Amino acid sequence: MPQHPGRKLMSVERAVEQGERAVGSTSPFLAMDTEREIHRITRRIREELGGALKRRGLVVAISGGIDSSVCAALAVRAVGPDRVVALILPEKDSSPTSRERAERLADYLGMAREVEDIAPALEALGCYRRRDEAIRRVIPGYGPGWKSKIVIAGGAQGQFNYFRLVAESPEGTPFDERLGAREYLEIVAATNFKQRIRKTFEYYYADKLNFAVVGTPNRLEYDQGFFVKNGDGSADIKPIAHLYKTQVYALAEALGLPGEICSAQPSTDTYSLPQGQDEFYFVLPYQKMDVALWAHNSGKTAEELAEMIGLTVSGATAIYADIEAKRRATRYLHLSPRLIAPVPEVAGQAGETRLEAP
Amino acid sequence: MPPEQSIRKFILENYLFTEDEQALENSASLIEMGVIDSTGVMELVAFLEEQFGIRMLEDEMVPENLDSVDRIVAFVIRKQGVTAGNAAASGA
Repeated sequence: MPQHPGRKLMSVERAVEQGERAVGSTSPFLAMDTEREIHRITRRIREELGGALKRRGLVVAISGGIDSSVCAALAVRAVGPDRVVALILPEKDSSPTSRERAERLADYLGMAREVEDIAPALEALGCYRRRDEAIRRVIPGYGPGWKSKIVIAGGAQGQFNYFRLVAESPEGTPFDERLGAREYLEIVAATNFKQRIRKTFEYYYADKLNFAVVGTPNRLEYDQGFFVKNGDGSADIKPIAHLYKTQVYALAEALGLPGEICSAQPSTDTYSLPQGQDEFYFVLPYQKMDVALWAHNSGKTAEELAEMIGLTVSGATAIYADIEAKRRATRYLHLSPRLIAPVPEVAGQAGETRLEAP
Repeated sequence: MPPEQSIRKFILENYLFTEDEQALENSASLIEMGVIDSTGVMELVAFLEEQFGIRMLEDEMVPENLDSVDRIVAFVIRKQGVTAGNAAASGA
């Protein structure tokens, strides 16, 4: 099996300790034998490549964040650095720091890396123009030099989720307005060009090399629908979709990834103002969101969850309701195209190939 | 068109794609029926604001106000009353 830099073992005790450090005393549930998990994932990747996928290697778009870094390291561990291509796909609003971190990671793992600036393609498609036109209907003065992001609200308070547009003028004046359905949908639709153009590049390289495309969602993102359909949601294999984010951090350590990756804070890297994932989509920071999702999946009551993560019972009840609301709202993202009648001769209609249950 | 009729028509046409009045009970939970999700709620709020000239506050965007036709109608009537009262008080 190919080796790669920094390989080291991690004990269950260490994983538990790290989990506890990450989420206080609430995360032992998420502890796992990281070496065993790495072995299981890498074996499955090879089986899928040689079996259903019949491709010769893997394309991974890396952002410098924890999920894509872990997926890249797993890919290298599975098939060796010569059979993995890392793509770095910056645009106008993505952080230069993320790009540099991604470049260092690719070099560290010994993979080939290709940098494709997707800004010209996005300009040509009108991504930025369409987004800014929608923003201007909410904040008429919005223009060059301004920065913006979308922030989620409501879910943690037992309200329906809604979205706010937060912007900052070049002089630093802040704006914060509730988004109506039309403007929200238009801003998101324009912004989704980014994920879809990135995926277009990933499949360009995959087709050119006869490789498969790795999707990098963790369990929170996969379960709660935090991805763009036919954008970052599209892939041939999703090696960490069954792992909670806390577990992905544990894998990063076990895979020997550099400290700057292991300590990277989750960010969407999609809007021009800094935006944490818990601002845009999740109602809690990932450490608590992990525990909440785990507790919900494990049949724990709201009272038990409240105790685990230090919330009121009504707060925990609202979190459970929000988890279900997001599942409902994003079920469509997981659906394969609906057929009017079955075509049984065509295999694989049911959707994605899934890794075995954890 | 009275609020109830207008709200039913909006939901039947836009969310259920049917003219069958039987498909929607006024007391039924739109969430439990799987009729609305969070984007559906945002569209519903936009419709209510435009159709009835009201402005929905953030803390009013709760299931108690929006999760059934009955609740939506009650909310709109209450809100219109408040809006009309405010207008009268300001001499508009």
